[in-house]
Parts: sequence; C-alpha cells; structure tokens
Amino acid sequence: MTAALFWEWLIKGIILILVMTGGFAYTTLLERKVLARMQARIGPNRAGPFGLLQPVADGIKLIFKEELIPAGADKRIFVLAPIITVIPALIVTAVIPWGTSVTIGGREIALRITDINVAVLYIMAVTSISVYGITLAGWSSNNKYAAMGGLRATAQMVSYELALGLAFIGPVMLAGSLSMSDIVAAQQGLWYVFIQPAGFLIYFVASLAEVNRAPFDMPEAEQELTAGYHTEYSGMKFALFFMAEYIKMIAVAMIGASLFLGGYQGPFVAQLPWLGPVWLFAKVFVWLFVMIWVRATLPRIRYDKLMALGWKVLLPVSLLNVMVTAVVLVLTSA
Amino acid sequence: MALGSVILFAVLALVVVGSALGMLFSRNAVYAALFLVLNFATVALLYLILGAPFIALTQITVYAGAIMILFLFVIMLLGAEKLPDTARSGRQRWVAALVALVFLAEVGLYVAYRGSNLAGMPALTADFGSPVAVGLALFEQYQLPFEITSVILLSALVGAILLTRQEKQRS
Repeated sequence: MTAALFWEWLIKGIILILVMTGGFAYTTLLERKVLARMQARIGPNRAGPFGLLQPVADGIKLIFKEELIPAGADKRIFVLAPIITVIPALIVTAVIPWGTSVTIGGREIALRITDINVAVLYIMAVTSISVYGITLAGWSSNNKYAAMGGLRATAQMVSYELALGLAFIGPVMLAGSLSMSDIVAAQQGLWYVFIQPAGFLIYFVASLAEVNRAPFDMPEAEQELTAGYHTEYSGMKFALFFMAEYIKMIAVAMIGASLFLGGYQGPFVAQLPWLGPVWLFAKVFVWLFVMIWVRATLPRIRYDKLMALGWKVLLPVSLLNVMVTAVVLVLTSA
Repeated sequence: MALGSVILFAVLALVVVGSALGMLFSRNAVYAALFLVLNFATVALLYLILGAPFIALTQITVYAGAIMILFLFVIMLLGAEKLPDTARSGRQRWVAALVALVFLAEVGLYVAYRGSNLAGMPALTADFGSPVAVGLALFEQYQLPFEITSVILLSALVGAILLTRQEKQRS
C-alpha cells in the first residue's frame, strides 16, 4: 500500500463522516420544517436566514446542558451505550459507491471508499451490531420506562432485520453479486424498483422499523414510555442518540437508493462523473422527504400489531419474493 | 510474515483471550454477554486477516449480532444479571478439566508437527473464501450435509413453537 493510497482512504473516510454528521444536522432542520408546513405552522425561522443556523444553535444548547448519570445506573455501560449506537450508523455507508471515478491532478480517484465483494453482508453485520446500543441504554439506565423501551426496540429491530435482509436478496440475485458497486452498475438501464416492486416496499417498511421511525416508533412512544430507552440521557449523550437516529435515516435512504433506485446512476453520469454524487444526493433527499411525510401522516401502530406485521406479513411476503425472483431468474436465463 | 501483521495478530489475539477470560470471570451476566460479543467480533477480525471475508461478516451478523442480542434480551427480561457467587458443581469441573487437557494436547500436536507438511498444501486461489466460492462449495460439494442441517434447524424451530403453545394451553 502506497502512502498516496493511504491518504486517499483517510480523506474519503473523513469526507464520509463529515457528510453524515452534516447531513444529520440538516435532516433535523428539514424534518422540523416539513412537519411544520404539513401541520400549517412555519417551523424554525429565527436562527439565520430560513432558520438555516438552527442546527448550530441546537448543537450549542446540547453541549452546554448538564450531563446527568442516574445514581442507580450502571455507569460504564450507560456511557458506552450512546457510543455503540452512533459508530455503526457512521460506518455502515462505507460500502456505498458515490459515483464512478474522477481525475484530480492526473490521479484517477474512485468515488467510493471501498468496493468489497461482501458489501451487502457488511451492511447486515453493522446493522445487527447497532441494536446493542439501544438495548444497553435501556438496561443500564435502571429505569422501568427505559428498560421497556429498550426491550421493545430490541424485539422490533431483531424481527424486522429478517425482512430487511430478505429484501436485499432480490437485487443481489438480479445483479449476481454482493458488491454494492456491481449492484448499482447493473441498474444502468432499468432501476430494480421496477423489477422488484415487492422487494422495494418490504425494504421501505422494514427500514422504517429498523430505524425506529414513525409509524414504528414504539420504542420511544411518549404517551406510554416517557421517552423510551433514552429517558435518562441528557446533554451530549442524548445528542449522540439523536444523531444516530438521523444518521441511520440517511444511511437507510442511501442503501435503499443504491439497491432499488439506481444509486448514482442518472442522465449524463457517463460524461460527467461528478454528477454521480449529485444524483445520489437527490435520491436520498426525496427518500428522506417521504420518511418525514410518512411520520406526519400515519399514526403509531400498536405493539402487538407491529410484531404481527413483521412476522406474519413481511417475512412470508419477502420469502415469497425471494422464491419468485429465483424461479423467474432460472426460467429466463435458461 | 511481515512485522505489521505479526503486531496486528498479537493485538487481536490478546483481545480474544482477554475477552474470553473477562466473560468467564465477570459476576454480572450482562458484562459476561458483552465480553462474549467482543470475543466473537475479534475472532471475526482474525478470519478477515486470514482472507475469509464471507465467514468473518457471517460470524458478526449471526453470532455477535443475532444470537448474542437474544442472550442479552433474555438476561434483561428475566432480571438475571447477578450471578450467584457459589462455586460450580463438581461434575462440570471434571468436564472442564478434560476439555482443557484435550485442547492442550491439540496445541502440543500443533507445535510438534508445525510446518512439517505445509509444502503439500495447495496455495490459496484468488477467489478463496469469496461468496461465490463458498456458495458453490455449499450447494455442490456439501449439499447433503447442508440439507440435513436445514431439516434439523426446521425441526428445532417447529419444536420451539410447539413448546410455547403447550405453555399457553396449561395456563
């Protein structure tokens, strides 16, 4: 490995983390603005033009808040839990390609951090680790509401992970590869959402549940659980949970856009490689908007209905989708 | 082996052994479970530096992710965090001693025969451990064991569901 390659990786990694954290800040603003408009309000508009400095104000507020650790809490795990939650959210998109490649100063630079042949498995592995943070936060707080929220979150995320994983299989089978770059490249002519509409819907619903977004935000149902697993958290530790939730939203939007909406593919990408990240950004933006729209529209689903939906509807349908895709693939290729 | 990979291996091996000991000696079941998660994840990294990314990521998804989260879930649900301070029963101790002896014998055999017939081993191919290679091996070379395993898992699944059903009828 040459020094230049090392610096290239380091810079790309830092860019990814900066984009994800910056994206988190402005997704919160987007959510507040869109929700406000849908509820005939104005939303944050005091800090900066159009409220654009609101995330900065929120950040400063959270930094200066008092950090409280409850006396009965398990201190080590209580501190560890927000960190375990945020790190998987930050690294899960490392395998998503942002574009083909560009030439800077005579050096060809691929617009992706890495192209591994087990990228889809990497996403599954990292998301399965991210459950721990929420579970441990609920347990270590030594609070009934937090523990209930943590247990609900664990059950929900473990249940919907299965449907999510099976939704990945459709694009993987069509592209014949586990590499995200191959999957995106295979969608040059036709996006997989048109060949895999069922898979796309399953992915969308399961990913909402996986990131605990409305209508699947049972783990933090205010009316029953005060705030769920992060009841006892304050200051920057609370901010880390908040950050993880929004970064996960961006991450599932990026993964979904790459699996089903052609990722960086779009008109004129072949001629102008810099358009790749722009198309990907546009798709992620629309996806995030729809997620916020769903939150503004749908009421929360009751807990037993939620588990029934996961196990009795999504899982069989996704299994059926995998079977049908496999049979059709074999029949058409023969 | 280059110096860098020796250092990397040494650090990972220390974490593996340390987390295994931590799992054994912690008196809090949640800490023990977390040490085991760290152990599984580090073993996955060892697979990764051995050139088997598929096995490594499966190890993290299945063992460190799915199975251990269920362990943790049950520990938290039953409120069984604090383990009793009493010593383990005598029979378990004998089994442990026996297993330790077998393991030590294996290590001894490895040291005795280390490197003696490595020359006869085929070199690693470029697609060794790739998802395609693993899939083909599983479905062509080892199809019968694969199918048998899936039937065993299915019967365990049906059995688990049956057990919870009987529980409901009694109460």
